[in-house]
Amino acid sequence: MRLKLLGALGMAVLLAACSDNSDKGATTGTGAAAQTTGVTPGSEADLVANVGDRVFFELNKNNLSTEAQGTLDRQAAWLAKYPQVTIQVAGNCDDRGTEEYNIALGERRANAARDYLVAKGVAASRITTISYGKDRPTATGDDEQSWAQNRNAITSVR
Amino acid sequence: MRPSDMPLISDGDASLLATAFGRRGLIGAGIAGGILASPLAALAQGAPGAAEITVDQARSEPIPIVIPPLGGDFGQQVSAVVSADLGNCGLFRPIAGSLPAGMPDFGTYKSLGARALVSGTATSSGGALRVEFRLWDVLTGTQIQGTAYTAAAADVRKIAHIIADVIYERMLGEKGYFNTRIAYIARSGPRAHQTTRLAIMDQDGANSHYLSGGQWLTLTPRFSPASDQLAFMSYANNRPRVYMLNLATGRQQLLGDFEGISFAPRFAPDGRSVVLSATRGGGSDIFTVDLVTRAKRQLTSSGAIDTSPCYSPDGSQIVFNSDRGGTPHLYIMSASGGGAKRISYGSGTYGSPVWSPRGDLIAFTRIANGSFSLGVMAPDGTGERIMTQGFTVESPSFCPNGRVIAFCRQTAAGAGGAGFSSGISTVDITGFHERAIPVGGASDPAWSPLNG
Repeated sequence: MRLKLLGALGMAVLLAACSDNSDKGATTGTGAAAQTTGVTPGSEADLVANVGDRVFFELNKNNLSTEAQGTLDRQAAWLAKYPQVTIQVAGNCDDRGTEEYNIALGERRANAARDYLVAKGVAASRITTISYGKDRPTATGDDEQSWAQNRNAITSVR
Repeated sequence: MRPSDMPLISDGDASLLATAFGRRGLIGAGIAGGILASPLAALAQGAPGAAEITVDQARSEPIPIVIPPLGGDFGQQVSAVVSADLGNCGLFRPIAGSLPAGMPDFGTYKSLGARALVSGTATSSGGALRVEFRLWDVLTGTQIQGTAYTAAAADVRKIAHIIADVIYERMLGEKGYFNTRIAYIARSGPRAHQTTRLAIMDQDGANSHYLSGGQWLTLTPRFSPASDQLAFMSYANNRPRVYMLNLATGRQQLLGDFEGISFAPRFAPDGRSVVLSATRGGGSDIFTVDLVTRAKRQLTSSGAIDTSPCYSPDGSQIVFNSDRGGTPHLYIMSASGGGAKRISYGSGTYGSPVWSPRGDLIAFTRIANGSFSLGVMAPDGTGERIMTQGFTVESPSFCPNGRVIAFCRQTAAGAGGAGFSSGISTVDITGFHERAIPVGGASDPAWSPLNG
């Protein structure tokens, strides 16, 4: 189950990385304007392609930027449209912190995103959180751009 | 005073040794882990152990010691392991030489510049192994130690490590740490999704084997004081929590009942409880969980991230990592949870503190300008000293005598994760003698106590 989800995420990440490399890691594939055809509405692929599955954070921070809030607003609207969908929000960190601290920091980021969604009307019972610390990087390089990509909270359909 | 009446080592060291040997049964006859040790009669006239060893130079200059291949069918193997242990620790300089027949000709060994000499035999017979080992002071021409070990032939490396420990102890006056193990996380696969397995090996990297499959992300194994259990973190069923593993039975069980993620476990020195942290809201709190009653007790509630707790060896205090001041730093509080006081004040951030078994130092990770350092400081925060640096150096773990730290060293990854590596190295607390343990992809070392 988990492997399958991560597989889907990995695909999304690859696609995103191809299309958004010039964007300093601020967004990946959040092109809400262009509806991607061929994906099931209310699915993980729909979320990734048409809503934006992730928000990004500054170094050692969990504040939600205006851009992040925009992404979460779209997620909240999407979740309102598909009330049967439950989600997991996974917090992640770059690898410039210690393993244990980053587990807590990732959870703090996941909770920040979760709290925002709940404030926007998503039932808390539809959201679980998890943190992978620095152990599941999206971008596998070690440079500022990769680290910015890896400081995130990723929403996935359960 | 005749030489044979002189103390072998100082009184302080003697009591240390007495404690160590008394418990481990190395000098007198005794059984430890199916290994029988008994004293060997001296070859020379006079009582065994009649030499005085001066260790003044040992800290600055490695002790030259001749370790020839012992006699018998296992002799070569025993000597190789003993030589590697003593050479790798940086405090000895093993010298190749020939095995003496009977009483050594000390002049020959003196001319090699040796201070000490090892002789003996290691012979197997029907699956049983008998190792006779003697340690000689080359300068005074006397036997310092003579012991015979009998065990299963499969324990040949273990016996060699025990012999290396005896030599270390006799020459330096403090306990060795060669007959110990290191629990760790074995890592393989792509950078973005590493397969992690709980694993264990001898301290020199031999006898490595997995303790768990690689299905779930698994992190931070920690030894119980009796070495019979590991506490660790597993993402089993996508619920990251702390578990216990009984090393003898293989039985695994969840530890404690927490709403959030439970992580960063460490045993109390008395082995009766585990201290850990659990996420709540935007932070994490530190708890203890009693291993008998399973009762949990909350020690911090700062609202910030409080994690990586580690007891002082006397159990009276806990050092931990917290960002209650804005960025991650090191704090010390009483074991009951009160009176937290910050101890790290350098630039950058600090994490993964661990208290030396000697009690006098705290090792930590420091991160500044995107690069990591491993250092030590006194428990009051003074005397900070960096031992090693790198792209990522973290997760320090002390060997039982506190002289050496095992840690995780990772290299930076290029595009697509190319060039990434994660391994376990050791470094002397002086910062000298850093070396990688040859075990492949690994992280999260946890050095066992002496009986490990």
